[in-house]
Amino acid sequence: MPLLALHDVHKSYGAVKVTDGISLSVAEGETLGILGPNGAGKTTLFNLISGDVRADAGRITYEGRDIADLKPHQRCRAGIGRSYQVPQPFGAMTVFENLVTAACFGAGEDEQQAWQTAHEVLQQTGLLAHANQPAGGLTLLNRKRLELARALATRPKLLLLDEIAGGLTEPEAKELVDELRRIKASGVTMVWIEHVVHALLAIADRLFVINFGQPLAEGLPADVMANPEVKRVYMGIES
Amino acid sequence: MSLVHAHDLKAFYGDAQALFGVDFRVEQGEVVAIIGANGAGKSTFLKALTGLVKVPRDAVLFDGQPIGSLPPGEIVKRGLAKVPEGRRLFPSLSVEENLLMGAFAGRPGPWDLARLYAMFPILKEKRLNPGTSLSGGQQQMVAIGRALMANPSVLLCDELSLGLAPIVIQEIYAALPRITAEGMSVVVVEQDVSVAMRVSQRVVCLQEGRVSLEGASSALTREQISAAYFGVYA
Repeated sequence: MPLLALHDVHKSYGAVKVTDGISLSVAEGETLGILGPNGAGKTTLFNLISGDVRADAGRITYEGRDIADLKPHQRCRAGIGRSYQVPQPFGAMTVFENLVTAACFGAGEDEQQAWQTAHEVLQQTGLLAHANQPAGGLTLLNRKRLELARALATRPKLLLLDEIAGGLTEPEAKELVDELRRIKASGVTMVWIEHVVHALLAIADRLFVINFGQPLAEGLPADVMANPEVKRVYMGIES
Repeated sequence: MSLVHAHDLKAFYGDAQALFGVDFRVEQGEVVAIIGANGAGKSTFLKALTGLVKVPRDAVLFDGQPIGSLPPGEIVKRGLAKVPEGRRLFPSLSVEENLLMGAFAGRPGPWDLARLYAMFPILKEKRLNPGTSLSGGQQQMVAIGRALMANPSVLLCDELSLGLAPIVIQEIYAALPRITAEGMSVVVVEQDVSVAMRVSQRVVCLQEGRVSLEGASSALTREQISAAYFGVYA
C-alpha cells in the first residue's frame, strides 16, 4: 500500500484547470521529485495534499485512508509536513520559538517534548547559532533552513518540500542535499518540487513531470530527463 | 568615464559591516554579472547603488555625479532602476498598473507599454489580471517591465532566475539583447553560475563583502570561480 496516493484529482480556479486529472502514488521511504514549468500546477498539488485547498474531484489517500475531510492541521498531525515556496515564519518570534510552535501544534507535543524537538531540529539543520534570533531578520539561506526545520519539527512521515533549494549556491545546495539524504535515511518519505535540477537528481528515486495541470512524464530520473517532451517543455531543449 | 563607479564602497547594518571597500565599474551597454554565496553582499551591493542602504555620497558615482544615499526615487530619476529579488509586485494592482508604477518614478524614453507588450506579449494578454495571479516567470516579466518603464540607463536585476524553470529562465534572458540594443547597461545578480557566464561580458564575484574575482566571462574558468566562492583568491 502506498503511503500517499492521488486518484484522478481535479482542481480549477475559475476557468483555469490547474490540476487536470493527476494520479500518482508515493511508496513509504521513497523520494519523489516533481518538475514542471512555472504555472504548471505543482504547488497546487501540494496545497491539495496538505489540505490548503480542496479538490473539485478525485480522491487523495494517505496511509490508505481518504483524507478529504481532514483539515490542514489534522493532516499535519497525521504526519503530512510541508514547507512553503515563500518562507513564512512567524517573523517576530525567535527561530527556537518558531520550532517549538511547530512541534506543539503540528506534532501535538507537550511543551517539554517540543523544547527537546526544537533543540534536535536546530542541530540537525545548522540553525543552533541563530536559535534566539527573530525569524524575520534571517538571511535568505537561513529562512530556507528554518522552513525545512519547521516542517521537520512537526515530525512528518511524509515531507512535502516546495522549492527549498531556490536561491542557494551550488555548495549550499550540496549541503542541503546531504541534509535531505540524512532525513531520507531516517525513513521519512519525501515529495520535492524543485527547479534546481542537479539537487533534485541527487536524491530523487523517481520523477513526476506536470505541464498545464496534466501529467507529462513519470519514471526513473534518468529516463524522465532523457524524455524528448520533458527536454522540450521543461528544459527548453529541442532534440 | 564609467557610467557607474563604486569606489571603496563600505556598507553597514548597524554594527555589522556587509561591504568592505568594493570597487566596481559598469560601462555603457555592458552586461555585468555579480555572483557569490548567500551572505556575500550581492543584494546589499545593489541596495547601496540604489539608495536603500546608506553609503557615503561620493562612494557611488553615476555618470560622474555622486549619488550615494540619495533618496531611492531620485536615483531612479537619474537613471538607475532595480528589479528586486522576489519580484515584489503590488498585489492589489493589475499587470498594467504595476507596469505604470515604474513609469511614475522614472524619466521619458523609448520604453512604454506598447514596447513592453511587444517584448512580452503574454503581459498584454494578461494586462488586466492581478499581477500576483501570474506564474513565476510571468511575474518576473512584469518586474523587469516595471523597471524598464522608468527608462533607466542602468538596469539592476537581483536574482532573475530564482524559482524559475530552465525554459522560463531562457525566455527571460532572451529579452536581454533587446534591452541592451540601445546602449542600456545591465547588472545581474545571479546564483546560477552557468547562466551568469553565458549572459554577461564580465563577472564579478563577491565573497564576504569583498571582490574575490573579476574578469571577462569568456576568460574565467569554473575552477577560478569555485575558488573565489570558497575564498581562495585566484
